[in-house]
Amino acid sequence: MKRTHWWGRVYLLIVFAVMYTPIVYLMYYSFNSGGAMHDFQSFTLEWYRDVLSDDRLLMIVLNTLVIALLSAAIATILGVIGALAIYYVKRQRTKNALLALNNVLIVSPDVIIGASFLLLFTVAGIKLGFTSVLLSHIAFSVPIVVLMVLPKLEEMSPTLIDAARDLGAGPWQVLSSVVLPFLAPSIWAGFFMALTYSLDDFAVTFFVTGNGFSTLSVEIYSRARQGISLSINALSTLLFLFTMLLVIGYYVLSQKGGRMYGIGGRK
Amino acid sequence: MTERAWRNWYLVPYGIWLVLFVIAPIVFLLYESFLDIDGHWTVANYEKVLTPIYLKMMAYSFWYAFLITLVSLLIGYPTAYWLTKTRHKQLWLLLLILPMWVNLLLKVYAFLGLFGTYGLANALLQTLGVGPRQLLFTDFSFVFVSVYIFIPFMVLPIFNALEELPPSLIDAARDLGASAWTTFRRVVFPLTLGGVKAGCQAVFIPALSLFMITRLVAGNRVITLGTAIEQHFLVTQDWGMGATIAVVLMAAMAVIVVLTGTGRKEGSR
Repeated sequence: MKRTHWWGRVYLLIVFAVMYTPIVYLMYYSFNSGGAMHDFQSFTLEWYRDVLSDDRLLMIVLNTLVIALLSAAIATILGVIGALAIYYVKRQRTKNALLALNNVLIVSPDVIIGASFLLLFTVAGIKLGFTSVLLSHIAFSVPIVVLMVLPKLEEMSPTLIDAARDLGAGPWQVLSSVVLPFLAPSIWAGFFMALTYSLDDFAVTFFVTGNGFSTLSVEIYSRARQGISLSINALSTLLFLFTMLLVIGYYVLSQKGGRMYGIGGRK
Repeated sequence: MTERAWRNWYLVPYGIWLVLFVIAPIVFLLYESFLDIDGHWTVANYEKVLTPIYLKMMAYSFWYAFLITLVSLLIGYPTAYWLTKTRHKQLWLLLLILPMWVNLLLKVYAFLGLFGTYGLANALLQTLGVGPRQLLFTDFSFVFVSVYIFIPFMVLPIFNALEELPPSLIDAARDLGASAWTTFRRVVFPLTLGGVKAGCQAVFIPALSLFMITRLVAGNRVITLGTAIEQHFLVTQDWGMGATIAVVLMAAMAVIVVLTGTGRKEGSR
């Protein structure tokens, strides 16, 4: 194939420069003693100290992590069960209907998911706070896990199960020693995806969070609305490094799984 | 337990999830849209949606979403095209996707600094001699930031479509005497239209409904459907009206999905 023209490279370079400028800009000024996102005065770690000594913020970070890990774990279990359920449905029409319903929460805009969940929790009488946020995060992560596990299931050769059964394995054994190990890479990929969705979510959480409970995204939003504060910059640098670790973990796992699974991300 | 019973058991937890979090919310949203602020039955919300104020807001919302999608496509297609021609394309693709993992709000927040009166953008403008301009809280900043956020969603499906294109088709076109531009226009572009559609869908729908970008960098100048829903649910507490706008938005979405034909799943892989 023909090599890239020089203008192609220049174009890509500009695109990449624009993509990374805001992120680098944020990190750069997190070390500014001047207190604003312009006029770099001198190097300081003051803002990092601020972040690390802010008990309320650390509590919020903890909340966010607990919600992310818990919701991702539960959503992964539900998602694997869902994928198995769809896989075993014989009639094509039922299958398509289930898949269409499954995808509703993926295509719906966050605002609508948030608003409708708010209604749901109000009708069900669930108090807004930890429970409502956790339930919402589980709910919107399930379909992603299903979409990641299902293709792998379809790839699985049916003879594998037949062989296990011929050798005397019961349904539980077939599941735990044959099917689940086979699915493991995609299950992990689904878990990581659910984790990033949960960590990244703002809009849905914003609707169902109530007063006492907050996650990082919601906190960043309310702080950013008040204007610039370099502790947010310091926080974002820390978050960026953490995210990179997650991405590398995800990448390594998906490489093991053979191919890169759908890289989504939310609006 | 028999094999069959075992299989049907899978449907129970998944079915409960489907009913509780997919079907019930939509039903509640529809129901709420027929209630007024005191909880009485009414169709007034739908009448209100058809008044000029709301129609204008919707027109604006669609116009901006269209603009954002168009600019994303114009920048995203060449990006995807040239990405497929680089040597370590998977690595470059990963680099392009990496910013997607940075919390959206932090990226938007960065623009508060970048586009500020003394920010980098204005410093650049000054050296170009155009002088400091008001960038924040303008339509420009809204479109720019939105395109910045959405461009990976446009590039990804187009990249995949380009990758699936058999190179022999391009060779054939060239052998038959087509110029590079003709090859692109008659062969490459039509065959990657699926990716383009998927990308447009992935950008247009969220662009219709985002509210945090408008709140943070457009300073309430741009009101989108998303902003209106958030406003009604969380500020004025007129849930009925908010639900009505949400229903209208859902209907618009359904129309877009049907019009563009493909489902999102095709492009997102």
